[in-house]
Amino acid sequence: MKASAVNRAFGAGWLSLGYVFLYLPIVALVIFSFNDSPVPNAWRGFTLKWYAALADDREMLAGLWLSLKIAFLTACVSIVLGTLAAFALDRYRRFAGRTLFSGMVNAPLVMPEVVVGLSLLLMLVSVQRAIGFPERGMATIWLGHLLLGMAYATVIVQSRLKDLNPQLEEAAMDLGARPWQVFWLVTLPMIAQSLFSAWLLTFTLSLDDVVLSAFLSGPGSTTMPLVIFSRARLGLNPSVNAIATVIVLIVSIGVIAASYAIARAERRRALEMAEATRA
Amino acid sequence: MTTSGRMGSWAKRLRGRTAVIGLPYLWLLAFFLFPFIIVLKISISEMETVQFKDLVAYKDGLLTLTLKLSNYVFITQDPLYLKAYVASLKYAFWTTLLCLAIGYPFAYFMARAKPTTQPALLMLVMLPFWTSFLLRVYAWKGLLTTDGWVADLVIGSGLDQWLVAGGLIPAPGKLMNTPFSLVLGMVYTYLPFMILPLYGNLAKMDLRLLEAAQDLGASPWVAFWTVTVPLSKAGIIAGSMLVFIPCVGEFVIPELLGGPETLMIGRVMWDEFFSNNDWPMASSVAVVMILLILVPLAIFNKYQAEAQEVRR
Repeated sequence: MKASAVNRAFGAGWLSLGYVFLYLPIVALVIFSFNDSPVPNAWRGFTLKWYAALADDREMLAGLWLSLKIAFLTACVSIVLGTLAAFALDRYRRFAGRTLFSGMVNAPLVMPEVVVGLSLLLMLVSVQRAIGFPERGMATIWLGHLLLGMAYATVIVQSRLKDLNPQLEEAAMDLGARPWQVFWLVTLPMIAQSLFSAWLLTFTLSLDDVVLSAFLSGPGSTTMPLVIFSRARLGLNPSVNAIATVIVLIVSIGVIAASYAIARAERRRALEMAEATRA
Repeated sequence: MTTSGRMGSWAKRLRGRTAVIGLPYLWLLAFFLFPFIIVLKISISEMETVQFKDLVAYKDGLLTLTLKLSNYVFITQDPLYLKAYVASLKYAFWTTLLCLAIGYPFAYFMARAKPTTQPALLMLVMLPFWTSFLLRVYAWKGLLTTDGWVADLVIGSGLDQWLVAGGLIPAPGKLMNTPFSLVLGMVYTYLPFMILPLYGNLAKMDLRLLEAAQDLGASPWVAFWTVTVPLSKAGIIAGSMLVFIPCVGEFVIPELLGGPETLMIGRVMWDEFFSNNDWPMASSVAVVMILLILVPLAIFNKYQAEAQEVRR
């Protein structure tokens, strides 16, 4: 069994190095946000002044507020559209143009954002020339994020729908429930966790997006990533490290708490399901 | 149930079906497909001071159609565009290969770890994925510039001599704004996209097949290459496409970590649009970019559709 011990050690080593690679930049970002130097690189001593400066950074705070609003709206509508698309693909095996539909649902996952951003903008400009609406701003950014968010939401919800036991819905149907009752009372509770993860993911995707926002934003609608990006382009900037630390902290706590809650709900549901089928 | 009642519920179900399919369908047609048609149209439109002209104009009782293909001719003749397209494909290819080389063993060892630790390992891969991509790319800027942690490590260990020899950096001691920093940033960003589908694939694998192979006399190494790797083909394809396609058109990473000699097509398009304000030219560049990724895109869609059809 010597070979397998070597194997295990190699596996553990590879995984550890991989995680160091994934986390090193995040750790460095946080550490250098406390660095007492205008260049957040070589360590010069501890300070909190970049956080104090952040509180007065109107441009960044306005961007953050706008980004949060857009991310919230994006996440809410994305899961509705994503659930519809996931249902269409999971429940209806054949309809006219299904291949085109599934292609359009999946393409935004990989399509370079510069292409999506440019095409959406040019369409909006053409529409605006024709009917004088819409102005570029928060709504147009939201529209772009929605396209991306819907694709991710569809994938997440669809993978959950695929694993559902169809007998539960059939049983409800046999017991006389109407289709919408089946959806609200049986299907929705079973896919609720996936909707929740989809909401969180689309929220963070929207909060993070640079390229689509750059194409679709108008005067006065500068989102936080655009502010960060314009500063990062010019070089290292401690204000970016400070806001980064705040975001990383909030997102990590949120995601860990959410996944803990999801795991607990999942266990409870599995237990209930086991009880129900035994009875 | 009476015939009319049955007809009524059937009609109702059909209506529900129409809404469930129709709503997202129309949405995607209007905001995803239609914009591409507009881009195609504008890419062959004349520019008129600040606005592009309509293709079809009705003037003095005459219907005129103006097509301008000079943008496409220009793209094929100007070496700048050609170079940028080739560079994009090259860097995307190397990024995909490196992600696979790092990600495959990573996903493999994850899938073979104790079942109780696997959720935590998965969580740790997902977490950077949730935290801002922009900020993580920015972080590499700090690590790779002079006096940065990684720069000190690489230069201190003499690794930079090797990178110079490999043509990845122009001179020892300079890591930022080179092909090295660009590919490093892209590998770093897209690694989770490679690991997650591979892990999903490898974790589901029936381990008895490996036992069978070994019982039949295959060494672990042979069993790995003849059983495990072919069985994870779907994960390899999905991961590779998830990395390769967006990398071709990547803009943020080349802008923050790349340099003048790592001009990628996403940046060229961006400059055409934002600096030169030449919308038809930017559209033409985008159309050619779509043509380049059309085949990988089709492979990706086929794989996704297949993965979605497999049921229970």
